[in-house]
Amino acid sequence: MENLNEQDVLQDESNFLDAKLQRRSFLQYAGAGAAVVALTAAGCRKDRINTPMTGVTLDFKDDFGVLNYAYALEQLEAAFYIQVASAPPSSFSAAEKAYFQDIQYHEIAHREFFKNALGTAAIGSLSVDFSSIDFTSRTSVLGAAMAFEDLGVGAYNGAGVRLKNTIYLLAAGKIVSVEARHAAYIRDLISNGTFATAPQVSSDKGLDMALTPDVVLGAAGKYIKTKINVINL
Amino acid sequence: MNIVNILEEIEKVDGEIYERLNPRRAAMKDFFNMGKKITLAAMPLALGSVFQKAYGQSTPQAVTDVLNFALALEYLEYNFYNHALAGTPATPIPAGAPLAAITLIRDHELAHVNLLKGALGSAARAPIPYSDTDFTAGGTFPTVFSDYGTFLAVAQGFEDTGVRAYKGQAGVLVGNTVLTTALQIHSVEARHAAHIRAMRTALSGGTAVYKPWVSLGSAGQANDSGVSQVDAVYAGEDTTVQAGVNIVGINGNAGVTKAAAVECFDEPLDKASVITIANLFLQPGKKLS
Repeated sequence: MENLNEQDVLQDESNFLDAKLQRRSFLQYAGAGAAVVALTAAGCRKDRINTPMTGVTLDFKDDFGVLNYAYALEQLEAAFYIQVASAPPSSFSAAEKAYFQDIQYHEIAHREFFKNALGTAAIGSLSVDFSSIDFTSRTSVLGAAMAFEDLGVGAYNGAGVRLKNTIYLLAAGKIVSVEARHAAYIRDLISNGTFATAPQVSSDKGLDMALTPDVVLGAAGKYIKTKINVINL
Repeated sequence: MNIVNILEEIEKVDGEIYERLNPRRAAMKDFFNMGKKITLAAMPLALGSVFQKAYGQSTPQAVTDVLNFALALEYLEYNFYNHALAGTPATPIPAGAPLAAITLIRDHELAHVNLLKGALGSAARAPIPYSDTDFTAGGTFPTVFSDYGTFLAVAQGFEDTGVRAYKGQAGVLVGNTVLTTALQIHSVEARHAAHIRAMRTALSGGTAVYKPWVSLGSAGQANDSGVSQVDAVYAGEDTTVQAGVNIVGINGNAGVTKAAAVECFDEPLDKASVITIANLFLQPGKKLS
């Protein structure tokens, strides 16, 4: 057909979405990459199920629960580093201040990544409680930073196997190694050479921690005012 | 935006789509539940990935293959550090903290070798002895064991590659209990990498800075190691879009610059690329395939 008008094109596209297309043709169409456009149109139909989450509940029945769990931890870390970066302990060197600025933006980026990836499924903002941390004290700040980073590494390592979607598993993998780099840096600031020492890294197997959500949330609890409900763990 | 609708449309033309996407229907249903809420921006990527897996690529590698691949890399790392410590002459690693750190890392790599060997049992690949290796990479790094700085530079390349290699196999291990162990090794490699980077900074006396995390190079390139011969180790590390989400300046956070966006996510490396890098350090006839 030489002169397809717009109506014909639309007709063709709707045919594609009907049962008329043979599988071989479909594969060619998908392979051409143009399918996303047509399929996106199909995807814009209203969602059939609408179950908004209320309050801060981590429902581990699916990947969203795991992602929200990570989102909660990243919120906590970001809030901590924002406070440190805005008024670091006076004994911090220029290089240390710069690296804590870096880490601050890494954690903000992680937090916002999860927020965007979760969209309407995201839990709300958590209220934090850092009353146990003396932000003017180098020792207190580094100790808390180490606790957050090691906890984060253990949390991601333990939660990875719960993720069923490869895209989200990979995203978590991309983040956890950065948290491990943070942890190593902060541990070395506290005592050079402790970047991967026991008990955080087992000396016989050379393995980092893998922690379950209940353990992680138990440890993180003292820094979080908002009540976190955990279901389907 | 609803991926379930999309897949329903596909199902009309390809009745086997669900089985094609994932032989386990239950797992696929979970994906649907998530897909319902995937952001619009992430959608094309998510779809592309699913299609690629279903139609484009060969059967995913068996878990055994992943473990043997990891074992080969761990043998390589162990030989590298062990020869620096135990070779004749040994690499001039300063006594004290530097020597202790390299010893700790060597011990971890040996522990990883033994762990993976144990997990694989009779399916474990043949050991890679030191004699199979060439850490000068065919003469690219002739002083790798005689010059401490060169040794550290190559060490950084190994550790950053190791981090990427494990990440690159995550997709094969989804939902498998082996994944947890792999992740526990993966984050230790990242700790090693961060410390080696700090050791290089310390050695330079502050004239060069190697951040503990992978950043942008001084000219904005993906390789921040200052060693152009290892560009392949860092190819793609300058990615700034994650699962369809643009990280630079995300949600109005101007402080999340391109460099910060690069730093805050480590990137995976596919098996073929890792093997190409590993083979630079193996003798002819002993290379991985």
